[in-house]
Amino acid sequence: MTDASVPQNVAPPPAEVEDVELYHAHSWITKYVFCQDAKVIAIQYAGTAITVGILALVLSWVIRLQLAFPGAIPFIDAQVYYQSVTMHGMIMVVYMLTAIFLGGFGNYLIPLMVGARDMVFPYVNMLSYWVYLIATLVLVASYFFPGGPTGAGWTLYPPQSILTGTPGHEWGIILMLVSLVLFIVGFTMGGLNYIVTVLQARTRGMTLMRMPLTVWGIFAAAVMALLAFPGLFVAGVMLLLDRTLGTSFFVPSIVELGEHKEYVGGSPILFQHLFWFFGHPEVYIVALPAFGIVSDLISVHARKNIFGYRMMVWAIIAIGVLSMVVWGHHMYVSGMDPWFGFFFAVTTLAIAVPTALKVYNWVLTLWHADIHFTTPMLFALGFLVTFVNGGITGLYLGNVIVDVPLSATLFVVAHFHMVMGIAPVLVIFGAIYHWFPKITGRMMDERLGKIHFWITFLGAYAIFFPMHYLGVLGMPRRFYEMGETAFVPASAATLNIVITIIALAVGFAQAIFFYNLFKSLKYGAPAGGNPWRAASLEWQTPETPPGHGNWGKQLPVVYRWPYAYSVPGAPEDYLPQNAPPVRGERSP
Amino acid sequence: MSVMGLFFIFVFSVAILWLARQGVMESPWLEEGEVAHYRRAAGTEPPPATKVALAIFLAVAGCLFSLLAAAFFMRGDAPDWQMPPIPGVLWFNTFLLAASSVALQVALVAARRSDVERVKTALLIGAATAGFFLIGQMWAWRELIELKFFASSNAANAFFYLLTGVHALHLIGGLVALARTTDKVRNAACVTKELTTSVELCAIYWHFLLFVWLLMFAMLIGWADGFGVICRRLLS
Repeated sequence: MTDASVPQNVAPPPAEVEDVELYHAHSWITKYVFCQDAKVIAIQYAGTAITVGILALVLSWVIRLQLAFPGAIPFIDAQVYYQSVTMHGMIMVVYMLTAIFLGGFGNYLIPLMVGARDMVFPYVNMLSYWVYLIATLVLVASYFFPGGPTGAGWTLYPPQSILTGTPGHEWGIILMLVSLVLFIVGFTMGGLNYIVTVLQARTRGMTLMRMPLTVWGIFAAAVMALLAFPGLFVAGVMLLLDRTLGTSFFVPSIVELGEHKEYVGGSPILFQHLFWFFGHPEVYIVALPAFGIVSDLISVHARKNIFGYRMMVWAIIAIGVLSMVVWGHHMYVSGMDPWFGFFFAVTTLAIAVPTALKVYNWVLTLWHADIHFTTPMLFALGFLVTFVNGGITGLYLGNVIVDVPLSATLFVVAHFHMVMGIAPVLVIFGAIYHWFPKITGRMMDERLGKIHFWITFLGAYAIFFPMHYLGVLGMPRRFYEMGETAFVPASAATLNIVITIIALAVGFAQAIFFYNLFKSLKYGAPAGGNPWRAASLEWQTPETPPGHGNWGKQLPVVYRWPYAYSVPGAPEDYLPQNAPPVRGERSP
Repeated sequence: MSVMGLFFIFVFSVAILWLARQGVMESPWLEEGEVAHYRRAAGTEPPPATKVALAIFLAVAGCLFSLLAAAFFMRGDAPDWQMPPIPGVLWFNTFLLAASSVALQVALVAARRSDVERVKTALLIGAATAGFFLIGQMWAWRELIELKFFASSNAANAFFYLLTGVHALHLIGGLVALARTTDKVRNAACVTKELTTSVELCAIYWHFLLFVWLLMFAMLIGWADGFGVICRRLLS
C-alpha cells in the first residue's frame, strides 16, 4: 500500500540546497568552547550534567552511610545529612536528568533525526548552555558560603526552608533559588529552540508522523517543560522575596527562636501548589524522552517496526496533557478538601492507561522479534522491567487512602527512584552505548558494557527493592536518626547496612562505564556510519561523526517512516528513511 | 487554579487543533514516497521561525502570568489581605501603553505598504510611549512607597510590586527588541520582508503585553474580585 498520488518509480527531485547562513568556527575557542554547533553544545550539556550527577551520586553515599551506620561516620552530622539529601535530590532531578535528556540528547538528536543542519537559533542555543553552566556553578558554590548549601529538602517547603534551624538558611537557600531561576531562564532558551526546530526545520518528506519516537518524546517533554517551569519560577522568585525582602507570600505569622517574626498570613500551601505544578510534570519531562529513546532502541535491536506507532504518539500527547493536572497527588496529606483528593486520584490513575499502552506496545514489539541482546538492548529491557515495577507502586500511591499511611516513608523513596531514577538512568546508559558510534565513530566495548549492565541493573534492584519493605514497616524518609523506635525491628537496621554496601559497590562499579567510555574514544573498533543497521535519519549522515552542517551539500529527502525493519524483499533487512522507493517494493 | 484551568484549556485546544491538522491520524507505515498532501500549496510560505518562536514564548509568558494571577487569588483569600490604594497615574499609564500598542500597529501597516518614513516615526512613538509607561510605573511605585505601603507590610502590596515588576521586565525585554528593529529601520532605504517580520513581532508582543496589563490592572483595582469569589466557590 502506497500513497497513490506519488508515482512509484520516479523519485521526487532532491531538496534544494538550503541557503542558510551556517555558523563557522574561526578559532579553537569558538569551535570547542563558545560553540554554536548543536552537537558540541549537546556534549557540553551532557558532560556538565554527568559531572554534577557524579557529585550527586557521592552525596547519595553520604545519605546511605548515615542510614546504615548512624553517627558512626565522624564528618556526617545532621546538617551534612540534610544538605546531602537536598542537593542529591535537586541535582539529580533538575541539573542532571532534565539537562541530559533535553540539553544533551535533544541537542544532538533533534537536528540529525529531523534532517536539519542545526538548531534554528544556534546563538540562543549556545547561550542556553552557558546560562545552565552558571546555574550549576551557583548551586555548587553554595558549598563555599557560610552555612553551606540549603538542607530544606529538594521541595524547599517554606517556612522551614528560610528559617533558622534549617542548614543553609543564610546563603544556601538564596543561592539555590537564584540557581533555579537561572536554570529556568537557560532552559527556556533551549526549549524554544527544540520546539521550533521540530516545527520548522524538518527536511522534505519528514512529516510529524515520520519522526522517530525519540524526537516525539523530547518534543513533548520540551513543551511540557516550558509550561511547567514557570511554576517553579514563580515559587522561586516569591520565596526569594520572602527570604530577602521579608514579604509574606508563603510564610505565616511565626515565632522563631522566641522572637516573633514580621511575617503575617502567608500560605505555605500556595507554595506547595506552585512547586508541584512544576514538580509533577517534571517527572514526565524526564520520562517522555526516555520513553521515546527506548522505543527506538527496542525497534532497532529487535529488528522490527515499533508496534502501534500512532498509538505511541497519541500516548505521549495524552501523558503530556494529563500530567499537567495531577500535581495534587503530592499533597494528599496537606489537609486539602477530600473532593480534591478524589479529583487528583482519578487523573493520576488515568495516566496509567496511556502509560500501560506504551508498555504493551514495547512488549508487542518484542513479540516474535529478532532480538539482538546488545548492550543498548539490555538497558532498554532493564528499563522496561524497572519502569513497570515503579509504575505499579505508583498505582498504590495514587490512591489517597493507600498513600496516607505510606506518605513520607521509604516506600515513596523506593517508588520514585525506581520510576524516575533508575529507569531513566538505564535509558541514558543504553542511549550512550547506542549513539556513541555516531558521536565518535567508534564502538564501545560490548563485554564491559554487559558487565556494567548486569551490575547496575541487579544492583539497583538490590538497593531499591528492599526499601519497599522498609517503607511498609513505616520507616520514615528524611530522618537523620531513628533512635529508639518500637515499630522498626532490628532486622531493618541490618537491611539498611546491606543496602548501603550494595549502593557503594554499584556506585563504584560505574567506573567500568567511564573506563569503557574513555578507552573506546581512542581504542574502540571503528564503527562505520551505521553499525546497528538502523533506519532513522541520524545514521545516514555522509560523515561519521557528522560534520559541520550535518548533511554535506544536500539535505536528505525522507520517503518513509523510521521503522522499516525486516522489510520483505528489500536488499537488506531494513530501509533507511532516505532511500528512494523502488518499483514494486512493499511497505513493511 | 481556575485561572490555570482556563489558560490550559486555551493552550491545549490550540495544540490539539494544530496536531489534528498535522496528520496525527495518519498511518505512516502505509505511506511511501513524499506524502502529497503535506506539500504546501504553491505561493504559501511557512511562517518565519522567529514568529513561531514568539508564539511559543507568549505561551510561556502567558503561563507565567496566569500562575501569578492564580497565586494572587489564592493568597487574596487570607484575612490579612489589604489592597493598597491604586495610584491615579496607572490610568494614565494604561492609556500610554495602549497608545504604544496602536503606534506599533500603525508601524506594521506602514511596513506592509513599504512606507519607511512612517515606519520610523511610528516605531519611535511606540518606543517613547512605552518608555513613558515604564517611568509612570516607577512613579506609581514611588507614590506607594511614600505612603508607606511597603512590600513587607502586606502581601497585597507585595503582589502589586511583583505583578507590575514582572510585567515591566517583559516590556524592557521588548524594548531591547524594538531598539534593534528601530536600528535596522534607521539604516534601511526600503522595507524588506525581514524588516516587516521584525516590526510584526514587536507589534504582536506589544499587544500581548497590553492584554496582560489590562487583565492585571483589573485585578489590582478590584474589578476581578468577583472572579476570585467564583474561583473560591468552584474550589470549595
